[in-house]
Amino acid sequence: MTDNWSPERAKDIISAHLGLEGPLLPILHALQDEFGYLPREALVLAAEALNITRADVHGVASFYPDFRSQPPGRHVLKICRAEACQSMGGEENAEALLSRLGLSWGATSANGALTIEPVYCLGLCATAPNAQRDGQAFARLDAERLEALAREVL
Amino acid sequence: MRLYLPRDSVTQALGGEKLAAALKAEAERRGVPLTLTRNGSRGLFWLEPLVELETVAGRLGFGPFTESDIPALFDSPSTHPKALGLVSELPFLKRQQRLTFVRAGLTDPLSLTDYAAHGGWAGLAKARTLTGAEICAEVTKSGLRGRGGAGFPTGIKWETVRKAEAGQKYIVCNADEGDSGSYADRLLIEADPFCLIEGMAIAALAVGATRGHVYLRSEYPNAIAMLGQAIAIATQAGHLDGFHLEVRVGAGSYVCGEETALLESLEGKRGVVRAKPPVPALVGLFGRPTVINNVISLATIPHILADGAEAYAAFGLGHSRGTMPIQLSGNIKHGGLFETAFGITLGELVEDIGGGTASGRPLRAVQAGGPLGAYFAPHQFDILYGYEEYAKAGGLIGHGGLVVFDDRVNMARMARFALEFCAHESCGKCTPCRIGSTRGHELLGRIMAGGGSPQDLALLRELCDTMKSASLCALGGFTPYPVMSALTLFPEDFTALPAAAA
Repeated sequence: MTDNWSPERAKDIISAHLGLEGPLLPILHALQDEFGYLPREALVLAAEALNITRADVHGVASFYPDFRSQPPGRHVLKICRAEACQSMGGEENAEALLSRLGLSWGATSANGALTIEPVYCLGLCATAPNAQRDGQAFARLDAERLEALAREVL
Repeated sequence: MRLYLPRDSVTQALGGEKLAAALKAEAERRGVPLTLTRNGSRGLFWLEPLVELETVAGRLGFGPFTESDIPALFDSPSTHPKALGLVSELPFLKRQQRLTFVRAGLTDPLSLTDYAAHGGWAGLAKARTLTGAEICAEVTKSGLRGRGGAGFPTGIKWETVRKAEAGQKYIVCNADEGDSGSYADRLLIEADPFCLIEGMAIAALAVGATRGHVYLRSEYPNAIAMLGQAIAIATQAGHLDGFHLEVRVGAGSYVCGEETALLESLEGKRGVVRAKPPVPALVGLFGRPTVINNVISLATIPHILADGAEAYAAFGLGHSRGTMPIQLSGNIKHGGLFETAFGITLGELVEDIGGGTASGRPLRAVQAGGPLGAYFAPHQFDILYGYEEYAKAGGLIGHGGLVVFDDRVNMARMARFALEFCAHESCGKCTPCRIGSTRGHELLGRIMAGGGSPQDLALLRELCDTMKSASLCALGGFTPYPVMSALTLFPEDFTALPAAAA
């Protein structure tokens, strides 16, 4: 549980979306935007508000790669592993970075500063290889610039 | 002084915001009054960041532009080392037939004034003079087929929805552009979002729908923000006439680009593929008749209505009418969006227009149509761009992406990646995809690690056959394309790899 978890805030977020058609994904996005991940308690509140089972909500939350059941590091670096980035050496750069940092895909650094995740295409395929750090994209990344993106926040 | 610098994701990913601030600061320091317009990208991505300077002769281009190029731009643009001349005269742009992307890069994407001044809303105005049946007939006559990759005739889909009787119908735009090597949807939304909105409004008129959703992937935060703003602007200005449109954000699942999985996701469920029939045109979102089209299909509609179906159908080849925004990606010298009539050869696209590899090394393979598309080798470069032509060659055009690889690529690794990706993204509903991708990945891993036998390759072919013919959707059904084409064209790679490369 992180410091900012608040059942009241979660309930407010959920009720703000109840007027939408098919509100579950927007609710899960909004909860994760607020809390950084989806606390179990938040899923229970969503299930109650939508009058569906907890299993249904868990099924949806666990289906989509974007949704987290655990808090990530303070910064998230998503490195593209798809074909266009591979053609420009992106995979080699990513593997080299992970091995230098002693991390595997999806892992968080010991100091909790950085989580490195794979992403499959950022739509910047003519200026590969690419990555996205905390929502900001970076293109034409060689090994050094990719490593700098990680080191700057470690 | 009037300058243009795109607000496109590519420009931003190359430091566009810092560059914009530095341009303004330099102008202020020199006391030069500067108007800096944040246009959409022209799609000439190897030249980004592309700064354009307005002159009486037209817009002069400078790129790829860095902060150190700023002083010379103010001192002497004509002798600038990054000067490209008139952007409209650049061969990459001049050789295109831009119909769908006609405004991309020319305008401020969120300016209604710019949009109207460059032909915007003419299609919708025309549609308002026609009946729903007449609009559908016009779209059918244009020959437009689904640009997401499936290639189904758009007008026939619309006519099915129009004829269906229901209290509520929906227009859904598939903007879940997950194919590696593809960025046409993102570019269109970031460069000309009103065009997509206009296309959806025309679809709504044609079939009698009052609600629309754009399902846009979460990997595109800039596009999400811009489309949301554009919808608010267009709605407030009264252009949508009661048509309610909203943006919905995906959550990182590739299979949600499949139309029925997308509908499930929009309904708030797991993105699991539905069996067809019934088709979404009859039983779609929340069980209602639904037009579900790709961004490019919808964004082409305003042009078809404004200029007429015949004008659009005059372009193309065989049953592939009109133009296709082909996206040159990966290891290519001139990477960018090239909209052209169907019928162009693959060699012309990647060697002539694309300029060969970015690395300067020999070109070994091109993957056409995303992660589910086949690889092509240089001896096949005379293939003509078209739905049937690529299908006949054992591939597909998909959403128009072409990813180029140089001679350092190992094709067994690419085949294994295709299966790994399929295993990672499978929704799990059908067995051939769910189990086949995992078993195929293991099998290929064994072959590459040196433990394979000749029977293993035969088994891999058989597995691909099963996936192709028995999967529920294109994910499991088309993953065999990259695998089989790699195996057929580059058998020499399918032997044990040196330990370091595996």
